[in-house]
Amino acid sequence: MQCPKCHAPMHTYNRNGVQIEQCSGCRGIFLDYGELESLTRLESQWSQPAPPPPAAPQAYPAAAPQAPAWGAPHGGHHGGHGGHYGHKRHKSFGHMLFSS
Amino acid sequence: MTPNPLLPHLTAQAKAAAHSRTTACPCGATVTLADRPDATVVRHADTVAKAHAPDITPSDLTPRLTTATHLPDLLLPPLSPTPVDLHGRLVTFWPYGTPVDPEDPDAAPWEEAATLLARLHRTPAPTPLPAMRGPAKAALAVARLRAAAGAAQTSGTDHLTAGTDQTAATDQTAATDLPPATDLPPDTTAVLRAWHTLPAWARAEAPQPDSTTLCHGDLHLGQLVRHPAPDGPWLLIDVDDLGVGVPAWDLGRPAAWYACGLLPPDEWDRFLAAYRAAGGPAVPAHGDPWPALDVPARALTVQTAARAITKALAEGRLLDEVEQSLVDACDRMASLPPELTQGYAK
Repeated sequence: MQCPKCHAPMHTYNRNGVQIEQCSGCRGIFLDYGELESLTRLESQWSQPAPPPPAAPQAYPAAAPQAPAWGAPHGGHHGGHGGHYGHKRHKSFGHMLFSS
Repeated sequence: MTPNPLLPHLTAQAKAAAHSRTTACPCGATVTLADRPDATVVRHADTVAKAHAPDITPSDLTPRLTTATHLPDLLLPPLSPTPVDLHGRLVTFWPYGTPVDPEDPDAAPWEEAATLLARLHRTPAPTPLPAMRGPAKAALAVARLRAAAGAAQTSGTDHLTAGTDQTAATDQTAATDLPPATDLPPDTTAVLRAWHTLPAWARAEAPQPDSTTLCHGDLHLGQLVRHPAPDGPWLLIDVDDLGVGVPAWDLGRPAAWYACGLLPPDEWDRFLAAYRAAGGPAVPAHGDPWPALDVPARALTVQTAARAITKALAEGRLLDEVEQSLVDACDRMASLPPELTQGYAK
């Protein structure tokens, strides 16, 4: 599908069961009939205090710090004191973190 | 290795500039700090001279120098607000500042870097500026990888008479928006596929969705110095890519290093927390920062992986462990669409 505003291709995302199209060019969002109401309903569920806790966004477990789904398997879900970082950290620090 | 013919001239310029600043120069040797195709940098005593990339014009550079002159608490100010021409290259002069120590990860100024970025992003541009060049640099790295991998592939297979077809396939990939052909080496294919998950603005094929926020454009740990040396406040250096654009790009490298397992979670946390504490606008103050960081972190992972492969091809070697972790991340992101970004003005 093409963006009605800038004609760039639109990509489909699923957010809590609602299909959303976002333009890859201008980042505008297209909602089908009823989707705005679905989102409003989901939003009101989030803000209600008592009912069961809302599900965390799918891609990211609640554990901090968050990391992207494409991240390294070890990239962020446990502390930074393991041997892994001790090893790779020194190797990558001067090598990778100082250049464009 | 052919010595860079520019180097003796730049050295003489740095020495002359240093001597114009003081009557009592200790006059040690002039040191070459960097000598790459896109920049040559030399230091004499407390003065640094930089020859900018050959394609940089005065209209590119001057407003960026003006910005640094106006924001001396954020950006190291140049000694003179206008560049001089040296054999067709623009040259600027700077005071020397003490850089981050590459041998001492524990001393890396994550909080200071984040705070400087947050303050930069909150500062109105003091003069009209071109777009921040981050996406253009990423696109350049990918174009160079395509050329290098295509050339390696063609030269490696022309005795099998496959060269012509493969050249055609590579050209077609470059000219259209199709996913890359799979006859390139797997590492290159992974990087090009990851590149194709990105929105047009992140590939420099459309304007960025933010045209007002002041951004550095090329943040890494080599872009911070203490001035006055050795223990003055930290400042950002290198205005070549500075401009207006998407501020999350400046957080994209640390985010990419963290995502690829190169930066420990606690250091990433310190960086992000300091950015938020200083009111940085690139990410929401609370909650998940990744909807805003995802695209820049992907783009900078792709850029870094593309440069690593291009370099390894030129040197005829395999990727090392750190470089491979970037390519592996590209491989994973190719199968996942980018996060939905939020909060950009229409």
